[in-house]
Amino acid sequence: MQTHLTINGTQRRLDLDPRTTLLDALRHHLGLTGSKKGCDHGQCGACTVMVNGRRINACLTLACMHDGDEVTTIEGIGQPDDLSPLQQAFVSEDGFQCGYCTPGQICSATAMLQEISDGWPSHVTSDLAGEAELTSDEISERMSGNLCRCSAYPNIVQAIHKAAGKNA
Amino acid sequence: MTVSKPLPHDAAPLHVTGAARYVDDIPTPANCLHLAFGLSEIAAGRITSLDLDPVRAAPGVVAVYAASDLPGPCDCSPSNHDEPLLSDGSIHYLGQPVFLVAATSHLAARQAARLAKISYDAAPAILTIEAALAADSRFEEGPRVWTKGDVAAEMATAPHRLSGSIEIGGQEHFYLEGQASLALPQENGDIVVHSSTQHPTEIQHKVAEALNLPMHAVRCEIRRMGGGFGGKESQGNALAIATSVVAHATGRPAKMRYDRDDDMTITGKRHDFRIDYEVGHDADGRLLAVDFTQFTRCGWAMDLSLPVADRAMLHAENAYLIPAVRITSHRLRTNTQSATAYRGFGGPQGMLGMERVMDHLARSLGRDPVEIRRLNYYRPAEAVAPVASNASSTTSLDGVDPSDQDLTSRGATPERTAGSARRFGGAHSPKSRMGAENTTPYGMEVTDFLLHEMTDALLVSSDYAHRVNKVAEWNAANSILKRGIAFSPVKFGISFTLTHLNQAGALVHVYQDGSVHLNHGGTEMGQGLFQKVAQVAASRFGIDPAQVRITATDTGKVPNTSATAASSGSDLNGMAAQAACDTIRGRMADCLAGLYQARPDQVLFEAGMVRMPGHEMTFAEAAATVYAQRVSLSATGFYKTPGLDWDRIAGRGRPFFYFAYGAAVTEVVIDTLTGENRILRADLLHDAGSSLNPALDIGQIEGGYVQGAGWLTTEELVWDGKGRLRTHAPSTYKIPACSDRPDVFNVALWDAPNRAETVYRSKAVGEPPFMLGISAFLALSHAASACGPHYPDLVAPATAENILAAVNRARG
Repeated sequence: MQTHLTINGTQRRLDLDPRTTLLDALRHHLGLTGSKKGCDHGQCGACTVMVNGRRINACLTLACMHDGDEVTTIEGIGQPDDLSPLQQAFVSEDGFQCGYCTPGQICSATAMLQEISDGWPSHVTSDLAGEAELTSDEISERMSGNLCRCSAYPNIVQAIHKAAGKNA
Repeated sequence: MTVSKPLPHDAAPLHVTGAARYVDDIPTPANCLHLAFGLSEIAAGRITSLDLDPVRAAPGVVAVYAASDLPGPCDCSPSNHDEPLLSDGSIHYLGQPVFLVAATSHLAARQAARLAKISYDAAPAILTIEAALAADSRFEEGPRVWTKGDVAAEMATAPHRLSGSIEIGGQEHFYLEGQASLALPQENGDIVVHSSTQHPTEIQHKVAEALNLPMHAVRCEIRRMGGGFGGKESQGNALAIATSVVAHATGRPAKMRYDRDDDMTITGKRHDFRIDYEVGHDADGRLLAVDFTQFTRCGWAMDLSLPVADRAMLHAENAYLIPAVRITSHRLRTNTQSATAYRGFGGPQGMLGMERVMDHLARSLGRDPVEIRRLNYYRPAEAVAPVASNASSTTSLDGVDPSDQDLTSRGATPERTAGSARRFGGAHSPKSRMGAENTTPYGMEVTDFLLHEMTDALLVSSDYAHRVNKVAEWNAANSILKRGIAFSPVKFGISFTLTHLNQAGALVHVYQDGSVHLNHGGTEMGQGLFQKVAQVAASRFGIDPAQVRITATDTGKVPNTSATAASSGSDLNGMAAQAACDTIRGRMADCLAGLYQARPDQVLFEAGMVRMPGHEMTFAEAAATVYAQRVSLSATGFYKTPGLDWDRIAGRGRPFFYFAYGAAVTEVVIDTLTGENRILRADLLHDAGSSLNPALDIGQIEGGYVQGAGWLTTEELVWDGKGRLRTHAPSTYKIPACSDRPDVFNVALWDAPNRAETVYRSKAVGEPPFMLGISAFLALSHAASACGPHYPDLVAPATAENILAAVNRARG
């Protein structure tokens, strides 16, 4: 089945079995191995990418469902010699240990910061009508879909705070 | 100096951009085969018929192997030669690999693996500790028993007695990167294996054994793992052997990666325990005698269970000086996954048994639990002699036939250990030092005890006394939500208890442009080992760490390595790398001293320069100069831990080079209607010696605490009555998420040099902080205690259900 995707700004045409997940399309068919397969169940968040600016578990969605969509993976957020502010903050705050969940954490956090600035409330937002504030509680709640078995959570939260401060 | 700087992990820019490559990310040749196991559907019995024709006929399938199609047993065991790669017809647990599929894609292999038609003659499965005891299903001939003092006499005369029992659940590693292996066939039948392993030499050894090749025909390489935690010490053997067998047979590359559900169904986990205790004590809470019985559920194969159970015994007294102790350890064989290494290696379970005793004792006396603990601590370091670093040479293996022995594994075979018992038995019995004695139940003198000072400091920094009162006030005023606060100490022994594993090698090259290539036997799994060792190397040469290239662990570069385990990575490999660097530095100094009329000891390596009286040059110029003088700029380094001497059968000797210490205070709140709970605050103080890298060490401490608290709270493994693991994915097995970390989390290093002569006087930090999580469990016990007059007998893990049951027990 023919699927057209814009991956990190580049048009890609794929001819895939319609049952191919977006994650397998990225890893196996496009050679983009930055997105990781942790559980393949949508439970761990290691495969998080952004589709049209919103974060999504790439293992829980089929590539063919995204015909015409814009997909941003960790490779599209920055490169080793050109890091995004969030990536820089993950380095300076040591926001990881083994690093396997890190691409998903960074994709997730990138979209999450946009969700907050767009005023989307979360489970812990006290005033649903007001502006969401970037508190540690908000970050923890909104990042709970991205597991880190090494439990680098304190530094992950700190890195997100730091990057958000830079953006503000 | 580069050591002690808080540098980020090596390869940090690669990690944050997804460019850091793990085994599953390595580009594979186009003709690569992908493998999957077909698994048993029963826990015990025999296969009566195995029809693999439908598997062979499935799309994409290239080859299918049953046990009889393999070149031999292809044993996967690190210890006992009791783990054939594929079932020989007998079934020992539900999830045991029965056959192997090689197909053109991962999906094709997995789909085909579902098509086999297998008939079984099922036997009753032994699933629990109680069932194993009833059937006398065990490893070794009987329980292992270590004693100190006359337990029966002390117990009989003790003014007070206390007894109880605690069940302690296991733990799934849940390394985010599942098990993976890629085997690449080479000319002449050689094999290169990329394995996600903590133990490349073991992979090399087991693959060579399976294929009947010499070890020089197999090379194992691993750049990094996406988490290990002990789960990749022996559990990667099956995948490495399977891929190598297929690559060898077909001449095609072969890759295997467990799907998460398969990974959790097939591989071993932390051992679950039941620990019974009987305590004799005085009216103040002084321990006079303790009798522990540890029941260890080992699963179907021996794996590393003997040394795991040993380490549980070695930590049964945690931080307390007990005049008379007996520890009895039953290593039980069950029809479940073969339990394996997991961060702490039995230590956490043994230690929890002791901390349960202290908790129970304090509640029964109505005394402050910290005071009861301090009353029973070992004597402080100042009161005893300093550590002798070269007390005796390491034990030799004289007289042991190395054939058929897996010398590189922690899974010592009974024959071997019996041999060492004969050699060392009696020679190292503890000195009788009544009054001044400060020895462990296994006769090792504790000479570096730091917990008196650390406890004082932590109680102040955590505002413990004030908060205990606040918790009591809260509990008096609130009937539904109850709070609890608890302190717990950690004393953890550092060294492999199989003494000969305490060795390491390194290989260092200095190139003529002054750049340095560093290799050693340790593996990187997120603990920051590579960066720490690179900092050591950079410090020896006085250069920036950026000039040191850290390279993948490779059995072709450094041979005969030990697993990166037992927290020993930086202690052993840091010293080996230091030795290699110092050899090269010595040659450079000799050469330059000759050229510039200086003494070698006047040649200094600092701040990127090489300086001697009247001359200085950059390190790169020095390298080029020395090269031109035809001096070798490549060296190996070797290190073995001094002073170890251990007899595991008698339970006597000096198994550890030193101890690492830590202490924690945790405050929690529980909902007495639902059992729901959360950690409100944790204060940790941990001893990393003179830290090689404070940022990495604090990360290990924070992560260890959260993982330890996870083990004792939400992480529950559930097997059904047929032996099927029902918690085989993150949907049913709950590891801590970002919002589960403590609301307030204060972590500090106890900054004092190691009294033992370790690399830059640092201390191992991988496992010890895991046990700081015990304070969270004790705080939950405290909160449950606030609900009524009875001891709550909290079961681990303290899930909401178990907390609710504890609340009800407290109420009576």
